[in-house]
Amino acid sequence: MSIVIDSGTPVLVQGFTGRIGSFHSEEMIEYGTNIVGGVTPGRGGTTHQGLPVFDTVKDAVSATGAEASIVFVPPPFAADAIMEAADGGLRACVCITDGIPAQDMMRVKRYMRRYKSDKRMQLIGPNCAGVISPGKALLGIMPGHIYQEGEVGIIGRSGTLGYEAASQLKAEGIGVSTSVGIGGDPINGSSFKDHLAAFEADPQTQVVVMIGEIGGPQEAEAAQFARDHMNKPVVGYIAGLTAPKGRTMGHAGAIVSAAGESAEEKVEILRQCGVTVVERPSEFGSTVRTVLAKIS
Amino acid sequence: MDIHEYQAKALLDDFGVPIPPGGLAYSPEQAQYRASEIGGDQWVVKAQVHTGGRGKAGGIRLCQSEQEVWNAADEMLGSRLVTNQTGSRGRGVYRLYVESVADIEREIYLGFVLDRATERVMLVASAAGGMEIEQIAEEDPESMIRVVIEPAVGLQAFQAREVAFALGLDASLVTEAANTLRACYRSFRDLDATMVEINPLVVTADGRILALDAKMTFDDNALFKHQRISELRDKSQEDPREMRATDRGLSYVGLEGDIGCIINGAGLAMATMDMIKHSGGEPANFLDIGGGASPERVAKAFNLVLSDDNVKGVLVNIFAGINRCDWVAQGVVKAMQDLDIQVPVVVRLSGTNVEEGRRILEESSVSLITADTLAEAAEKSVAAVHEEVSA
Repeated sequence: MSIVIDSGTPVLVQGFTGRIGSFHSEEMIEYGTNIVGGVTPGRGGTTHQGLPVFDTVKDAVSATGAEASIVFVPPPFAADAIMEAADGGLRACVCITDGIPAQDMMRVKRYMRRYKSDKRMQLIGPNCAGVISPGKALLGIMPGHIYQEGEVGIIGRSGTLGYEAASQLKAEGIGVSTSVGIGGDPINGSSFKDHLAAFEADPQTQVVVMIGEIGGPQEAEAAQFARDHMNKPVVGYIAGLTAPKGRTMGHAGAIVSAAGESAEEKVEILRQCGVTVVERPSEFGSTVRTVLAKIS
Repeated sequence: MDIHEYQAKALLDDFGVPIPPGGLAYSPEQAQYRASEIGGDQWVVKAQVHTGGRGKAGGIRLCQSEQEVWNAADEMLGSRLVTNQTGSRGRGVYRLYVESVADIEREIYLGFVLDRATERVMLVASAAGGMEIEQIAEEDPESMIRVVIEPAVGLQAFQAREVAFALGLDASLVTEAANTLRACYRSFRDLDATMVEINPLVVTADGRILALDAKMTFDDNALFKHQRISELRDKSQEDPREMRATDRGLSYVGLEGDIGCIINGAGLAMATMDMIKHSGGEPANFLDIGGGASPERVAKAFNLVLSDDNVKGVLVNIFAGINRCDWVAQGVVKAMQDLDIQVPVVVRLSGTNVEEGRRILEESSVSLITADTLAEAAEKSVAAVHEEVSA
């Protein structure tokens, strides 16, 4: 098992025919993802990379039975694309787009609440690297070869820091069940907590690595969830020890603006909740190895 | 993006927020003219700088005559205002706002922020106006009134009235106060702000509501929708290095240390800086050159990082995902050949085609230090800078 996607999950690409959408679609197909078509308004009825293109998500879903989508639509139109996915009956949507206005995302989140929670699409991102279930499927932009299939779940905001963690695990001979990038934006789809719950229920996953950063309340909420509702061990890291208060560190969401949002404060909360803290970003591999040794 | 007080007031005025009469001045003569235009016998001259804490730092002067206005303007223009929020360099004062003085009966704090916990806009108000919000939160948390605004319908009249009553405003002022709150919210929503702060919002002795100060911050990602707002950018208020970075599409934050950082990805950049700190060094900057890390971006990044005179060494940490390490390595070698770099450079590559990338670095004629892991990269750069400093 794995979370979010599995081998065989039929996937649509929104923004399929654009340069970026085309490039990553090829990579995903090569990895083995079951891409069944794409959506580009105005290009319906044509084919691209040998796959059908549709004008709307609804058309694409009814023709292909797609269950998930990945969005490569430019920032001014991305919020609209996510809402179209939610309305089209997809189960999961990964939005790669970086630079969506925060209030657009606020409206997206509000719009998604019109669906009952059991019918509501799971949004991952925006501004994320996507999802990979190694050996099964890639719904994202990460380099597949750095991930080995295995028993560790990864949830992170950052793309490249997630790669760093995965490659440290691989160097230790440790594999990954699914890696999810939740993105660096202040208002995003699914949270650390949502994916912790999914990993807790996933039989393949034995340990979860949570890679957080400064800003926002999500890491603290996730740590409390781990304490109260999880049996599997959680390993956590918070980036941004050297970040000055009130400055945005690249990710629009990485800004210390309230009490409890600095790296030190978050690390302390993680510790109090029983999360094993990765002290230095060079120690993802060794920390997970130690934790795995304890439970086996 | 931040804007000046006078710009925020003009925008808020358009939405119906009451503001005192005032005018912008670039010279003492203009300031004096503004004072005579406004009339009365008392004015404040306010430095227009992108920072809070102006009052305590001498950036707001009360003047009793037009001559005093001229004198205050003459002293302030061209100076650098150092407040508790600016760092030691301060901010240059090139614009002044001259405003009539209100007869204040009471001061209120009013702010609108994007609240990440509820994913909504939140109104924050306090009867303890004039203090910084952090100070209120610390000293008088009971006084904070919070209202979460439903995005589909906006701030409702009853919610605004509730706030006005909770602030203890006189019944005769409640409608005007509620209208002001709703006008502020509309400006936040319509202009894609991330923060609107009126501190203080005052009640005058003659029973009016006035926004005495105003601060607005906008969502950089939404500026494409608001040409009029993007034109309000004032580069004189930005750190010159950060300004150059923004203009080149790079994400840069200047810090106080001496190890320049060139990294792809915001999270990896923060983690690498943390690693430098753990190894006993101090990073000079945050710099995310983006996921792609093309040779052109690497070259631009070197230029930018080395424009900081404090930099005694550079650490390049690139995790090549979709791109390849050999391509990044060629970019690093080319940048170093072209730029005549005088400080030690530590390069750590990982990811796709890493062996080929390392071979290119090792076989090149440029003098650089290679590292295989994150820990090694940080340790080597700290050691190299120590040698550089003691040499």
